[in-house]
Amino acid sequence: MSAVTKTANSPVSVSANSKEKKSMPTIIVGLAYLLPSLLLFSVFLFYPMIKTLYLSLFITDTQGNPLNFVGLQNFLYLFTDPNFLQSMKATFLFVLYTVPIGLVIALFLALIANEKLKGIGFFRTMFSSTMGMSVAASSVIWMFMYNPTIGVINKVLNLVGIHDVQWLLDPKYALVAVSISTIWMNIGFTFLILLGGLQNIDEKLYENARIAGVSYWYQLLKITLPMLSPTLFFIITVSFINAFQTFGQIDILTKGGPTDSTNVIVYSIYKDAFVNYNVGSASAQATILFFCILLVTALQFKLGERKVHYQ
Amino acid sequence: MSITRKWTTYLLLIAATLVLMFPILYAFSISFMSGAEVLEGKIWPSSFSFENYRDAFEKVPLLHYLINSFAVSIFVMAGQLLVSSLAAFAFVFIKFKGRDAIFFLFISTMMIPWEATMVPNFLTAQKLGWINNYLGLTIPFFALAFGTFLLRQQFKTIPNELYEASQVAGISRFRFFWNVVLPVSKTSLVTLGVYSFLTTWNMYLWPLLVTNTEDVRTVQIGLKQMQTQEISTDWGVVMAAVVVVILPTLLLLFLGQKRLQKGLTQGAIK
Repeated sequence: MSAVTKTANSPVSVSANSKEKKSMPTIIVGLAYLLPSLLLFSVFLFYPMIKTLYLSLFITDTQGNPLNFVGLQNFLYLFTDPNFLQSMKATFLFVLYTVPIGLVIALFLALIANEKLKGIGFFRTMFSSTMGMSVAASSVIWMFMYNPTIGVINKVLNLVGIHDVQWLLDPKYALVAVSISTIWMNIGFTFLILLGGLQNIDEKLYENARIAGVSYWYQLLKITLPMLSPTLFFIITVSFINAFQTFGQIDILTKGGPTDSTNVIVYSIYKDAFVNYNVGSASAQATILFFCILLVTALQFKLGERKVHYQ
Repeated sequence: MSITRKWTTYLLLIAATLVLMFPILYAFSISFMSGAEVLEGKIWPSSFSFENYRDAFEKVPLLHYLINSFAVSIFVMAGQLLVSSLAAFAFVFIKFKGRDAIFFLFISTMMIPWEATMVPNFLTAQKLGWINNYLGLTIPFFALAFGTFLLRQQFKTIPNELYEASQVAGISRFRFFWNVVLPVSKTSLVTLGVYSFLTTWNMYLWPLLVTNTEDVRTVQIGLKQMQTQEISTDWGVVMAAVVVVILPTLLLLFLGQKRLQKGLTQGAIK
C-alpha cells in the first residue's frame, strides 16, 4: 500500500564487520530488544491461552484449580446445553445484524467524505467521532434513548403511531436494540479505516475515468470497490472478530437478558467464570471462541486471497 | 464536479452528521436539564444549568476515577510506546537467525482473542496481588503487536545506510535507536500514543474484573456503577458524568483524527 522504497542493501563494509565480531552476537542483542514483548506475550497471552485450552478438559473448583480430567466432556455437555446453544445463536445473530449493516453505512460515509469539498475535514472528524466514545458511555446514552417512557426513540415512534416498545426488556427486540447501538459505536473506526483505504487509491485512475467520461456508479463499481478490496477485506475480518468479542454494551444494556436473548458468548464466559464460578465450562466456551475466531480469520484469508485485488 | 452533485453531497454530509451526532448532542443536552425536564422527555433544556455536573462530582468520586483513568492511560501509553518501539527496532535493524519465526509469533498474537484468556489472566493477577492495583491495570497491556507493526513500517523508511554509518562511527545500537530512530519517527509515535490512550481510557472488561474498590477503579466502571445506582432517578447527573468521561477522548480524536487514520491504515494493511 504505502510506497516504501526499499533501500538497496549495500554490502557491509569491512570495518563494520570486524566491529561486529568484537561485540555481542547479534542474536543476543536482537532478543534483548524483543525480550519485553516476548515476556509479556508469554505471560499474558500464550500461557493463559494454553491454560484455557488445558482447563477446558477438566472439572475445576471455584478457584479454577483442575480437579479431574474429563476429556471433551465439557464440550459435549455444552453442545447439548440449551443455554449455550442459545448463546451461540445470539452471537451469530449479533454478528449477522451488526457486521454487514455497519460496513455498508461506514462505506457510504467514507465515500461521501472522500469528495474534495470545502470543509470536508469537519465532516470527516464528525464521522469518526464515535471512535472516541467508550463502550460504557455510549451504552449509557443508548440506554436512556431506549427508555420506554422518556427516551427519544419511543417519543419519535409515538408520532407515527407505534407505542410502548420495550426495547431492552422484550426478548424480541433486545438483540436488535443492542445491535443498533453497536453499529453506531463501531461506525467511527470502520469509517476511518475505509476512508484511509479510499485515499490510498491512485488519483490517476480517476483522471483516466473522467477523460473516458464514465458515470459515477460505473467508476464506483469498476475502480473504487476493486481498488478498495484489500481494505474491505481487512475491515470485514476485524469487524467479525470485534463482534465475537462484544461484552460492554451487553453488560450495561441487558446483562444478557431478557431470557438469555442477548447472552453472547463473551458475556456467557464472564458469567460462568465470575458469577457461577464454573471455570471448566467457561474455559471450554473460551476455547470455542478461540476456534471461531481462528476459523473466521483463516476462512477470510483463503477466500480473500482469490477475490481481493492487491495493488 | 457539477453544481448539483456538489450540493447533493453537502446535503448528504449534513444529514449524516446530524443523525450520527444525535446521541452525543442528546447526552450534552440532557446533562444541562433539570430532573423534571428529563422526565418530561424534552430534547432541549429550557435553561442551561451546571447543577448536574456539580452533583456528579459530589455524589460519586468522579474526580478520583478520572485521575485513575488518566494515570492508567498515560502509563499504558508510555509502556506500549517503549515496548513496541524496541521490538520494531529489532525487526528492522538487527538481523539474526530466527527473527522471522519471532515475527510470525507476533502476528499469531493477533489471532488470540483477549477474552479467551481472561480467566487465567485473572488468576495470575490474583496470584501477583494485582487486584485493585495499578500494575494489574497496566502491565498486561504493554506489549502490542499492532503497535510493533505500525512502528516497523515507519522504521523501514529510515535508510539502512544511516544505521551502517552509525555502526562504523562506533555509535552504540541503543544510542542510534534513542537519538536517531525515535526522533525521526515522532509522527508515528504520536499516532500510536493517541491510539493507546484512546483504547486504554475506554477499556471496560478487564478493569471490571480487577477492581472492586474505589482505590484504582477507572471512570468507565464508575459510569456503570452510577447508571445502576441512579437509574430512573437522576439521568441528568448520569449524563453529566458521561459528558465528562467522553470529553477528553473526543478532544484527542478531533485533534488527532488525520494522523490516526493514516496510522491505522498503514499498520493495518501492511
